[in-house]
Amino acid sequence: MYMRKTLIIAGLLMSTQMGVAQESRFGVPATQADIDKRFWSVFPDGEFLPEGEGNVAEGAELFEYNCNLCHNYPDENDPNKNAIGKLFGGHETMGTDNIDRTIGSYWPHPTTVFNYIRRAMPLIAPMSLTNSEYYSLTAYLLHENGIIGENDVINKDTLPKVQMPNRDGFVNAYPDIPEKYRTKQ
Amino acid sequence: MKKDQDKNLPIDTTDRVASGGLLSRRLFLNSAVATTVALATTRAAYGQDVVGEGQEDWTLYPGSDALEYGERSRFEVERVKKFKPQVTDASQDYWDLRTTNATTRTPHQHLMGTITPSGLHFSVTHHGIPDIDPDQHAVVIHGMVKNPLKFDINALENYPTITREYFLECSGNSGALWGENARDIQLDRMHGLVSGSQWTGIPLSTLLDECGISSDAKWIIAEGADSGSLSRSIPIDKALKDSMIAIAQNGERIMPNQGYPMRLFNPGFEGNTSIKWLRSLYVTDKPVMSRFETSRYTDRMPDGKALQFSLEIDVKSMITRPSNAMSLPKHGLYEITGLAWSGRGKVAKVEVSVDGGTTWAEAALEGPIHSIMLTRFRIPWMWDGRSAILQSRATDEFGRVQPVREKLIEARGRRPSYHFHGIQSWGVEPDGKIKHVYA
Repeated sequence: MYMRKTLIIAGLLMSTQMGVAQESRFGVPATQADIDKRFWSVFPDGEFLPEGEGNVAEGAELFEYNCNLCHNYPDENDPNKNAIGKLFGGHETMGTDNIDRTIGSYWPHPTTVFNYIRRAMPLIAPMSLTNSEYYSLTAYLLHENGIIGENDVINKDTLPKVQMPNRDGFVNAYPDIPEKYRTKQ
Repeated sequence: MKKDQDKNLPIDTTDRVASGGLLSRRLFLNSAVATTVALATTRAAYGQDVVGEGQEDWTLYPGSDALEYGERSRFEVERVKKFKPQVTDASQDYWDLRTTNATTRTPHQHLMGTITPSGLHFSVTHHGIPDIDPDQHAVVIHGMVKNPLKFDINALENYPTITREYFLECSGNSGALWGENARDIQLDRMHGLVSGSQWTGIPLSTLLDECGISSDAKWIIAEGADSGSLSRSIPIDKALKDSMIAIAQNGERIMPNQGYPMRLFNPGFEGNTSIKWLRSLYVTDKPVMSRFETSRYTDRMPDGKALQFSLEIDVKSMITRPSNAMSLPKHGLYEITGLAWSGRGKVAKVEVSVDGGTTWAEAALEGPIHSIMLTRFRIPWMWDGRSAILQSRATDEFGRVQPVREKLIEARGRRPSYHFHGIQSWGVEPDGKIKHVYA
């Protein structure tokens, strides 16, 4: 009797678990188009960087037209124009307590620039430019930060190779922060 | 039994558990102080008056029709207006548009219990709140999987769900306390980027299993459908442990500012990782190094380095009452209450001090205590009318203790911006006014 009861319970448990595993499958195959529409990431090693090419001069023009409204040049006479935070400069603050987190002084990976502006900029019209235009804007931002020369071109091969000044400025804190930064009671 | 100086209250000297008037947490539980006051009922009309004489209008006239969706009392709307919750509207004007941070904070000084009403759950959006048609939205899981799959809200609703109470905290919460001077900003502005909800969803592990995830997978890149396609890299061990795709909050579908119709939810991780309006999960072996895990949400240390992927929320607590949104009308018996939480598990203990941390007494924790959820604590306090400094200190089930502010700054400097979890102090003045102080 005891045995039989156990078997029934075990059987019930098994069928429930198998039912969940085998029958509760409601995902439909994702097509490449489904994925392309929703996936915008590019990686530091260059994975998923698209075809196209950009340069600093075109980037400067695009910046003037698409970005300048918010990211005005730093103006010493009008500090309000920097309220959004500096995009350029800040190298002199590297290593100090009060660092200006610009692309040049803080961002560790060049691909992050392209990755971010293509998905999110211009603010009121994200994804409204071509891949080559986003490469040009990336080139301009890197040049203005003193990272690439004014005749350098940016594409899927050159971008991952750009050396960022603060590349080694980060310490992994997962799953736990390094001992030296932990609070001593 | 030696009675306390306060004649009306049956407080034994043994009830005093720390200096400054802190009383045993058992006091309220025993109802020793909660004296029943016999309310004198007046029966004025023994004559032949209309019996409803003296009643309020709402008792004498039938009320309004039922509502399709309930709303707050109009008096409550007015009351809330008075304390002005911190709201930044993304589209308010040019200057706000430039930052596109639409932020609302939870006014904990006015809330009870541990569940934050959905409409008062904090919300930080970096590219505004999208208006998503659920029938045109789906999440794809792809990358290092056997079968890339797509799930819309109708598909997800067919799965067995799990329901859990979790807190969610922005790692920028309490960031003002890194500052050099104690700015007396109100509780909601200081600590309002943490809330507690009941979340319902499908374990991410279930969906990853259906896709056939590769054993080489180390990270999942999550992306949202907002106009910044906000994205973060999630460690695979977390995704397989307890992450879920949440489809409901406090029993109903998620509100737009919380990620309607579906969001990633990573319990105990900084809020920014729980990608709202989720539409892509890319399984891979490396992090993407998105803007929000490099330029932002990294914590600058005193040696010039910055912590990256500081994802787990540390053990922390705050006193919500009394706090600086109110003042104490007269000396006497009060309850000190607040909330404690830890991104790693359960809150094990909360201690309270009213003398700036010189002596501590254990507060009562209101159960059931859920893992990775707000826990309410309370302790009675006999205020003698003199200056006092109120503090709370939480300990989680792993023995991690909330540090004093000085020790936290000693270890991490003043510039991390994120993950402030030190002890915070409310200074009570003899006139009953309360303000935020460093002590």
